[in-house]
Amino acid sequence: MTRLSLSQAFIYLLRRDLTLAFRNRAEFANPLLFFIMVVTLFPLAIGAVPELLARIAPGIIWVAALLAAMLSLESIFRSDFDDGSLDQLLMSAHPMPLLVLAKVCAHWLVTGFPLLIISPILAEMLGMPQQAQGVLFLTILIGTPVLSLVGSIGVALTVGLPKGGIILSILVLPLYVPVLIFAASAIEAAAGGLDVSAQIYMLLAFLFLALSLSPVAAAAALKISMS
Amino acid sequence: MNLSEFFNMGGYAIYVWPSYVLAAIVLWNFLIWVDMLFMSGLRMSSRR
Amino acid sequence: MFLWFHKLGSPPHFYRIAGNWLPWLGTIFLLLLVAGVYGGLVLAPPDYQQGDSYRIIFIHVPSAWMSLFIYMVMAACGVVILVWRMKIAEIVLISSAPIGASFTFLALATGSLWGKPMWGTWWVWDARLTSELILLFLYLGVIGLHGAIEDKRVATRAIAILAIVGMVNIPIIHYSVEWWNSLHQGATVTKFDKPSIHWSMLIPLLLMALAFQVYYLLALFQSCRAELLQRERNSKWVEELIAK
Repeated sequence: MTRLSLSQAFIYLLRRDLTLAFRNRAEFANPLLFFIMVVTLFPLAIGAVPELLARIAPGIIWVAALLAAMLSLESIFRSDFDDGSLDQLLMSAHPMPLLVLAKVCAHWLVTGFPLLIISPILAEMLGMPQQAQGVLFLTILIGTPVLSLVGSIGVALTVGLPKGGIILSILVLPLYVPVLIFAASAIEAAAGGLDVSAQIYMLLAFLFLALSLSPVAAAAALKISMS
Repeated sequence: MNLSEFFNMGGYAIYVWPSYVLAAIVLWNFLIWVDMLFMSGLRMSSRR
Repeated sequence: MFLWFHKLGSPPHFYRIAGNWLPWLGTIFLLLLVAGVYGGLVLAPPDYQQGDSYRIIFIHVPSAWMSLFIYMVMAACGVVILVWRMKIAEIVLISSAPIGASFTFLALATGSLWGKPMWGTWWVWDARLTSELILLFLYLGVIGLHGAIEDKRVATRAIAILAIVGMVNIPIIHYSVEWWNSLHQGATVTKFDKPSIHWSMLIPLLLMALAFQVYYLLALFQSCRAELLQRERNSKWVEELIAK
């Protein structure tokens, strides 16, 4: 068989993961439904006071996004680990970080992207002002890939463990905190009419840092977990 | 200053003394725990 | 000198050398501790603003310093493990984690006890307190991951990566929280931010910091010896040791 080039390998793995995800509707629906449900719980718990809800809406949506991301992380490597394809990927001639990047891209398209689409609706339901909604969309666009990328390191470390999910949450939470802080801060600032460029730049910095470094760390972690 | 003033710590006794006592407890107990680990390690190895 | 370091990397030599150091470390620790506590509680004058409550810093600040220092040691060990696969580095990494976590816990607890008289509340989402809390999670994550993986050699390599990733993250977390906190003008500025501190307070503080460093070595060495016995129990040098 002719050897695939780097970009061909990337596209191939991406398409494979997306096809597998499409066949299993639950992988799509669960994170999304969880996200919507968590956001819905807050008005029920706090009482539907419009001003209060609008004030904390950025925090609610972002915490819900964070939790949904954490819950969906297992799907990056779990099924491949179970059926042995992860071993095959590790043995392939292509650099592992690239293959990890392909899988993380697929994961974001399946879990992060739906959150992105639904977030304006939820923001409206919580009474977030219009100018803040645009910034919300932007922060989720930049921030959720960071969650997937950084989360992949945690999953790579725990993929071999039977009850890895609990440990995973403790591992990724400290890594998620900076994203949460800057994203929520940006939306709140936008709601108040202030400039958000600083927060957006920080989020972009996190994104590029994660894009370049986390596939390498995740690949190293996979090699260790699978050894 | 005399002894009772010292214990009172200018009114802040309930904050200052628990800090020092807590530190002493944590550090001392940790050493004891490590020592117990060591002893059990010795016992396990010598059982062979 | 270099040969001595090289010897330290071999388990039986480390075991022996660490064991020899233990009584000395214990004595030095007690001396420094007594000097520091006496200096802090008796000799140092009461603060003109906070009265005697500030004396908590003699526990709080050294604990916080140790919590950060130990994590840096762990991250350095992580690099050594991944690059050179040194066994002793693995032992030092996993043995340091509970010590670091204890210091982090102490820093948080004493900080809380200091915060109540100073700010009127047990907890404040100050940049330093919040970052310290997240540092505790990082430590617990390392301990938890190591405990969850059965093969201990795999486990230490996994936590090596975790320690390094966490190390990269510590400044990010700290500056994020500082940013977040400065936007929400809430907490009062901590008094300790003043650049100048009187020598009568500085000296006990440094003594306590040194005492905690020696304590770290003390707890670390004994913990490493215990771990070495556990891991190497099938090897010849342990058998010879037991036979004696």
